[in-house]
Amino acid sequence: MKVVLQNLTKTFPARGKKGETVTAVNDFTFEIPDGELIGLLGPSGCGKSTTLNLICGLQKPTGGKIFFGEDDVTDLPPEHRGVGLVFQNYALYPHLTVLQNILFPLENLKGKNKLSKDEMKRRAHEAAALVQIEGLMERRPSELSGGQQQRVAIARALVKMPRVLLLDEPLSNLDARLRLQTREEIRRIQKETGITTVFVTHDQEEAMSISDRIVVMKDGVIQQIDKPQTVYDDPTNLFVAKFLGTPPISVFSGEVRGGMLYIGENPVLPVGGVSDRPVTVGIRPEGFVPDEKGKLICDLKAVEVMGRDISIVSTHAAAQVPVIRSIVSADHRINTASPTVAFSLKPHKVFLFDRESEGRIPFTTV
Amino acid sequence: MEKNQNKAWLYLLPAILFLGVFMVYPLIDVFIYSFEEGYNSASQTYFGVGGYNYSYVLHDPYFLQAIKNTLILVLITVPVSTLLALFISVGLSSIKALRNLFQTVYFLPYVTNTLAVGMVFMILFKKTPYSDGLANLLLGLFGAGPIDFIDGPYWAKMLVLCIYTVWVVMPFKILVLTGALASVNEEYYSAARIDGTSRARIFRKITLPMISPMLFYLVITGFIGAFKAYSDAVAIFGTNLNAAEMNTIVGYIYDMLYGEGGGYPSYAAAAAIILFVIVLTITCINLLIRRKHVYHG
Amino acid sequence: MNTNTDIDRVERRAMWLERTRKTVVYALLALWALIVLFPFYWMLLSSVKSYSAYNAEHIPKFFTLSPTLQNYAEAFTAVPLAKYFLNTVIFTLATTAIMLVVIVPAAFAFSRLQFRGKGLVFTLFLALMMIPNELVIITNYVTIASLDLRNSFTGLILPSVTSVFYIYLLKENFEQIPNELYYAAKVDGTSDLKYLLKVTLPICRPTIVTVTILKIIECWNSYVWPRLITDNEAYFLVSGGIQEIRENGFGRENIPAMMAAVVVISVPLIVLFLIFRKKIMAGVARGGMKG
Repeated sequence: MKVVLQNLTKTFPARGKKGETVTAVNDFTFEIPDGELIGLLGPSGCGKSTTLNLICGLQKPTGGKIFFGEDDVTDLPPEHRGVGLVFQNYALYPHLTVLQNILFPLENLKGKNKLSKDEMKRRAHEAAALVQIEGLMERRPSELSGGQQQRVAIARALVKMPRVLLLDEPLSNLDARLRLQTREEIRRIQKETGITTVFVTHDQEEAMSISDRIVVMKDGVIQQIDKPQTVYDDPTNLFVAKFLGTPPISVFSGEVRGGMLYIGENPVLPVGGVSDRPVTVGIRPEGFVPDEKGKLICDLKAVEVMGRDISIVSTHAAAQVPVIRSIVSADHRINTASPTVAFSLKPHKVFLFDRESEGRIPFTTV
Repeated sequence: MEKNQNKAWLYLLPAILFLGVFMVYPLIDVFIYSFEEGYNSASQTYFGVGGYNYSYVLHDPYFLQAIKNTLILVLITVPVSTLLALFISVGLSSIKALRNLFQTVYFLPYVTNTLAVGMVFMILFKKTPYSDGLANLLLGLFGAGPIDFIDGPYWAKMLVLCIYTVWVVMPFKILVLTGALASVNEEYYSAARIDGTSRARIFRKITLPMISPMLFYLVITGFIGAFKAYSDAVAIFGTNLNAAEMNTIVGYIYDMLYGEGGGYPSYAAAAAIILFVIVLTITCINLLIRRKHVYHG
Repeated sequence: MNTNTDIDRVERRAMWLERTRKTVVYALLALWALIVLFPFYWMLLSSVKSYSAYNAEHIPKFFTLSPTLQNYAEAFTAVPLAKYFLNTVIFTLATTAIMLVVIVPAAFAFSRLQFRGKGLVFTLFLALMMIPNELVIITNYVTIASLDLRNSFTGLILPSVTSVFYIYLLKENFEQIPNELYYAAKVDGTSDLKYLLKVTLPICRPTIVTVTILKIIECWNSYVWPRLITDNEAYFLVSGGIQEIRENGFGRENIPAMMAAVVVISVPLIVLFLIFRKKIMAGVARGGMKG
């Protein structure tokens, strides 16, 4: 099932201020191809949960339209949309057993969709098998671990064979190890069922690892929609560049003069096709190459050896971040006694942004 | 340390003193009273010890009438008020506009003087030589009546008493139930709606089980409260409840203690202990049922 | 798969259902509000109808064009309403004040002080919560009567000054104050009493206020004990007073004057309620039972 959002907008009355409104979702237009897993990524309050609520119908948009396939579902109540939703806190009914929880959506079916008792049982066990919780069917949610509750919630969402599956921060209540395991699990289930899935998260690593495509949001506005690697390698603006990547991108004030990028007073990289102007420079941690002849000279603070890699922590007067973190191969020998460290730069790991709009400025390498 | 010990007891002393004199001692004393036969409050003497007081009370037609009245009152008002409060609370929880206003209005009977407002109910239902009263005016619209609800047939008097009792106990129940409803996590409703659950089914399968502990609490306190009914009846029918055939168990206790036929603390004590046993039994039965049927969070 | 006309139909039906449901809910809620408010309206209305006008209405009128305050004058002159009122104020204030003096130190001892047998004593206190008033009132009546305290404020007040439930409520609240505050005060050499007065009470003021208001309501409406213990009009409270007025007051049929008295009795609590609405409702919801 293809999902299309067309100029979708949602405003709320501002809290405490009469007449004023807050725009949670601003003029969204994008298409989710059938069977894809889309990650909605952004900091808290960016409108990603609102988008999810609009898709499932718990909230009505102020403007714009939503299509499932060819059907306009904009004003359709949630129960008629055929969506499955997994809540952040799972929302398992505490007074029902796992089996009863999974059966719950099926028991709602009426008329020609009504299922026989045996058919319901069969479907429930099928869903349970898919998420591997067949052994827990008679337990109550309070007797399950967080990860198990998560699986039950997914089984409950899947059992009615939804056209679209929505996951609202499904991993945020799990500990780190379980989170890793569960996200692979979700990916596997999604692949097996082929259900179009929307996954909301504020964790960029989670979004990168699981999604076919990522939608990066900020203040209710879409920043970029692309494959995870593309978003990382080719961010459209400074926000996206900063939001993705661990360790985070290092940001400097710089200037382009005569086809050369200057950070501080040093020419660090030739850049083609950019007129003379002040710019903001973002450099990914793996874009730094320790090089005695390098032109970017930073004050060395610490060297952390992490086995395969070395993390070099340094500072620079022109940096807009408190410390610069660079990741280099352990083959490099760094003189820790030296007060400074010099880097040359990998051009494709360097991004230029406009000082005002923070939009990306493309350049050609020479 | 020893000094601290003494200080703690000093802080507790007033409470212990008052509770000892006015709760613990009377508690023991009331059992003694109930078994002292022929106690004379003037001379503070008695003839012997035994179950005569209980036997007297249990054969007293006034007491049997009071038991009958109380039972009818309990069996009608507890289910009616609890169900009504449940419906009102569910309605109240489903709206936004005017909700505070309604809540405030609904709570008003709680802070009014039972005796005073009972008198208003009395005049609403009373038939006098001058006027049939407002209730009869309404009945007249349906071609029925006029009935004297205050001095007339037994069922009519009981009806007024039940109506007033329900009116008085509703605020507490609405308050508790709206609180219970508000504490149900909104996500359960969202989840159920997305799964296409009808409102009726959401109510039956999610809301009711989730608030069942509070409902049960209300039923138990409702039973206990209704068994102790007294001032509502006085408010409507006056202090001579025996004459009005509207006495309650508690009313019987007080009448035995003091008033027209009073001066018999032994009989009052026996009646009080019978009441206590009834209430205790019902509470225990309730708790047993609760253990089987109520979801515990 | 749904066609678009199908979806339209579902949408319209859903909207229509929602609107109908809302209308019905509001109508029913308004109906109950009417049932609650009507007795109050009727009592106000009757209290401003003149005696002759009231008795001339064979069919009661729902409004009056010639309101009069005559009934209020009568309520204060023909029967000792002012005296009942004053008695109730004295009884309420004295009982509430003494109760606070009794229960605050007890709650403090349970929440903060260490002593042998604390758990046992507290359990006994809790057990007393189960004891119905009807059981102990008999002996209390005999006690007060034998002490010759009938028809006195002492007799009225003394048995009403303790409430195990309020001790429990305050203890729970006191315990929410972090231990560090107590230790800090101890290090500074503050005495327990000073800590109670200067730290505990100010921090827990909201709960103290709630308890006070609930007790005031309880006192103002109390009927059973005052009726047992007083047969002299000079010591009647409003509840007993209104009963006395009904049975022996203006003459049975002067209902407007009776309603005026009812209004006078009801107004103080309604005003108190409107001022402290949130506190009262929150306090009652935490388990306050009437009476």
